[in-house]
Amino acid sequence: MKRMKLLAAMALSVTMAGTASADLVIPSLEYRTGPYAPNGIHFADGYTDYFTLLNERDGGIGGVPVRVIPCETAYNTEKGVECYESTKGEGALVYQPLSTGITYQLIPKATADGIPVHSMGYGRTSAANGKVFSHIFNYPGTYWDAASIIVKHILEQEGGDLSGKSITLVYHNSAYGKEPIRTLEELSKKHGYNLTLIAVDHPGQEQKSQWLQIRRERPDYVLMWGWGVMNQVAIQEAANIRYPMDHFIGVWWSSSENDVIPVGEGAHGYKAIAMHGVGDDYPIYDDMRKYVLDAGKAAGDGSNLGKVLYNRGMYAAMLAAEAVRTAQEMTGVADINSAQMRDGMEALKIDAARLAELGLPDFGPPIEVSCGNHGGPGLGAIQQWDASAQSWSLITGFIGADRDVVDPLIAEDSSAFAAENNITPRDC
Amino acid sequence: MFYRESGDFKTSYVQDQQIFPIALDRVFVGIVIAFAFLVVPFLIDDYWEKSVLLPVLIWSLAAIGLNILTGYCGQVSLGTGGFMAVGAYASYKITTAFPELNMFIVVLLSGGVTSLVGIVFGLPSLRIKGFYLAVATLASQFFLVWLFNKVPWFYNYSASGQISAPERLVFGVAISGPNAPPWATYLFCLTFVVVFALIAKNLTRGRYGRSWMAIRDMDIAAEIIGVAPLKTKLSAFSVSSFYIGIAGALFFLVYLGAVEPTEAFGIDKSFLVLFMIIIGGLGSILGSFIGAAFMFLMPVLIKNVFVGGFGWSTDIVAHLIFMIVGGLIMFFLIVEPHGLAQLWRVTKEKLRLWPFPH
Amino acid sequence: MSPDILNTIEVILNGLMTGVMYSLVALGFVLIFKASGIFNYAQGVMALFAALTLVGFQTGQIPFAHLINDMFGTHYHNWGVGFNNFIAIVLTILVMILFAWLVERLVLKHLVNQEPIILFMATIGLAFFMEGLGDLMWGANIKTLDVGIPSGGSFWWEDVTRTWASAGSEYYGMYIDVLDVWAAAIAVLLVVILTLFSQYTKTGRALRAVADDHQAALTVGISLRTIWVIVWSIAGMVALVAGIMWGSKSGVQFSLSLIALKALPVLILGGFTSIPGAIVGGLIIGVGEKLFEFWIGPLVGGATENWFAYVLALFFLMFRPQGLFGERIIERV
Repeated sequence: MKRMKLLAAMALSVTMAGTASADLVIPSLEYRTGPYAPNGIHFADGYTDYFTLLNERDGGIGGVPVRVIPCETAYNTEKGVECYESTKGEGALVYQPLSTGITYQLIPKATADGIPVHSMGYGRTSAANGKVFSHIFNYPGTYWDAASIIVKHILEQEGGDLSGKSITLVYHNSAYGKEPIRTLEELSKKHGYNLTLIAVDHPGQEQKSQWLQIRRERPDYVLMWGWGVMNQVAIQEAANIRYPMDHFIGVWWSSSENDVIPVGEGAHGYKAIAMHGVGDDYPIYDDMRKYVLDAGKAAGDGSNLGKVLYNRGMYAAMLAAEAVRTAQEMTGVADINSAQMRDGMEALKIDAARLAELGLPDFGPPIEVSCGNHGGPGLGAIQQWDASAQSWSLITGFIGADRDVVDPLIAEDSSAFAAENNITPRDC
Repeated sequence: MFYRESGDFKTSYVQDQQIFPIALDRVFVGIVIAFAFLVVPFLIDDYWEKSVLLPVLIWSLAAIGLNILTGYCGQVSLGTGGFMAVGAYASYKITTAFPELNMFIVVLLSGGVTSLVGIVFGLPSLRIKGFYLAVATLASQFFLVWLFNKVPWFYNYSASGQISAPERLVFGVAISGPNAPPWATYLFCLTFVVVFALIAKNLTRGRYGRSWMAIRDMDIAAEIIGVAPLKTKLSAFSVSSFYIGIAGALFFLVYLGAVEPTEAFGIDKSFLVLFMIIIGGLGSILGSFIGAAFMFLMPVLIKNVFVGGFGWSTDIVAHLIFMIVGGLIMFFLIVEPHGLAQLWRVTKEKLRLWPFPH
Repeated sequence: MSPDILNTIEVILNGLMTGVMYSLVALGFVLIFKASGIFNYAQGVMALFAALTLVGFQTGQIPFAHLINDMFGTHYHNWGVGFNNFIAIVLTILVMILFAWLVERLVLKHLVNQEPIILFMATIGLAFFMEGLGDLMWGANIKTLDVGIPSGGSFWWEDVTRTWASAGSEYYGMYIDVLDVWAAAIAVLLVVILTLFSQYTKTGRALRAVADDHQAALTVGISLRTIWVIVWSIAGMVALVAGIMWGSKSGVQFSLSLIALKALPVLILGGFTSIPGAIVGGLIIGVGEKLFEFWIGPLVGGATENWFAYVLALFFLMFRPQGLFGERIIERV
């Protein structure tokens, strides 16, 4: 009992020991364990390594070192809450929860605490409306953008006409998986395709019924909103029933090497939407190897460089770092706080020249965030898997979403949220 | 120094039937409750509220609920997560339909709804026993979660199926939503936990508790001496679900604020609560508290010591937590299969008899 | 035949195949429950652990590499060479035997004569422990498992069945996964081996004696502890088979341990103590949930399989509370 008390006291002193030194605190809510660990590891490595690179190469951002606080969530909401509460006191600038559940948790809480949340291409889609969601950002694109972009790509494939075609959505039976349904329904009204919805329950080890149904109905296209083991099994089953893989398109969370490599040859031709470039053929990777990997400072074992989710983690870190820089320029203060960070994120502007300067030429589309639009440009490209070369390649340029469809939906959903929570939209 | 009353000096039945027959226990419980109500609210901050006190209180309540069913009545259930979901969704539907309704009533009503659902899903227990029942209760777990995920009415037709707790006031202070002060949410939960823990303590000492225990110890024998299995088992299911429903409502309204059923009320929650009562002690209210605190705080503590204190990488510590918690479960079962509460009971008896144990 | 009928047959056939996959997991549960009365929740994690170990041996991973590197600042990940399939499988079996021995030594020995629920909890503790250990040893990243079992839809079967459809109807032929057929064959083989083993070997007879009556077995000189090690070893091997089959489908990763949840309804349906029960239960659950999803699923929004399996099992329990093949529960006062 005594020892327990001692430990408790230790733990207490540990958690309460806030440091006041001048550094930029960026918590990394990551999951390297649990059912989604294979994906979480890549993202977390990329996220952490980029900040390590900045510290090692440039001495931080604007001369202030970045302190990344890793906190393991295991994709579990309660652990996420614990992580949030234990790190926010350290002066956290921005949260990147990488989980729909935790994001929904943090939307009201972080807003009340004045700390911005960057749910990059996930979380609540209507948070793109900055008038209602002052502290939530989901640039560079939302699920509804993604759904619309995929449909646009299909339109292009079909020569601009989808009437009478059938599209099936295979989705993770959770808040995340249900996100695109509204948009796809709207788009089906506009383009005249038939939409079939097929839910897959967590974890998705067993999808025989679902794919037998697809095999019977032979839809022209299959879209997937999956995560974790569901992706591999779905791609495997699609390959088994010999569904034409180039008609099978996943969202950006169903687009990693983890999902296709276990399937082997069968996955050849599988497509997914991408929010950024693929591979490690970017100048930044030279620096990454030199300053981080070879110096033995990498967060992981270094084998993940250039993988899709590693790139995404790095991209997320880059966007955060650029927002810090923007905030520093706006305020003239180097050691910014979370309120200034929020302003920086809202004024974020990254053009092609800046991307090249960062060592990531044409890695992503130019991004411009504004007070009213927290969703960024809403652009995405389509990537395709080459099983023999074991690599992804972008097969289109960055395509814009159908704003006529997406924007009213965002306005509708965010105003419902505002009404429910008594939020008066800001003037922008 | 403690427990040195040197003998039983009860002179009336009233004295003998007190909830806490030992004077020191009474004082001790009194001090703890007074401390919890009068001192803690002044010390509490966001971290303690959200990461320590609220979850422990709420899990304790759920553990008491399951303990009534499993520990006192002997019906192993793995449907706790599903019943918590019923409580959460009931409270959401009630409070969004009647925004003016007092939150205490909302939470109690949610418990009532869950209690009814519990009776329905308790019906198979009349025929199925032991592990067969445990696995059969998983049917309720999976079905309920599926239902809340599938039927839009439950989540008021929101786009993603998430439900979020709206801000609600009690005596002019917010107790749900992002602006609720830590002390208010804490006191709100504490009130429920203290009141219902005392009720549970009394219930298990009384007529119902005794018939539950009779069924637990041997249902056929109990039936022969006149305990009706139908009434007894279903009452245990109903009371247990009521507690779990309240815990679910608090879990959603006060603690998390936003949930989706598959993640927040999954099968792992059912197992977690079962661990709590077995580690804490089957058939013990105190054990429910100890078990909940142990199972919830242990990982947090290990994490803080190893990651925060020694600077180990988070994933290694996360794996170690699994190993340590798993190892401790086995260790405690080997050392004291009747739970931590039993350890305490034995210690107390020894203290009371010391230095003349014979 | 009309395509509708053929489609139904296809669903049933695939349901049977899926059922076999469930049975593979359920078998391990039954073995241990029969011999020791322990409801071994760790069976799913054992499958994961066995599969992880197999892949580790195949690819020549260094166990605990991450921990070692983190502690000493080194960068070891791989021995550079792996073992071929056969040696890797043999080594994995050895590891599972070692594991069985350790479990008996460190845990079960101390829990003799405890109530079933306590033993059940201990196996949950064990499951936690192994989850952590497996990840710590081999890393939490996803691994590809390939022991050379073919997979994918069968062309031959598709062609054969296409001719069954009535003329003029649009029918693509019936689908069956070759991997599933292999799994079914292996499951049959496994049951045959287990039956032969328990009928014709001395150890097997001892096993059955223990399953019948612990105390009587003890009095005739059967060492309960040795039997437990043997049973857990066999369960470990069954877990390896299940791990290989499921791992070939989805890659080896944490989620593999969740297949235990799919085996539970099979268990209660078939009865905890019957090996044929595990097989028949698996088949009923497999067909039942697939047919329900096929007929009713679209009407109620799909994804019904998880709960329907349990409801189906519950339905059967209403009529036979000890499962289809379970030993009759006799209660005396």
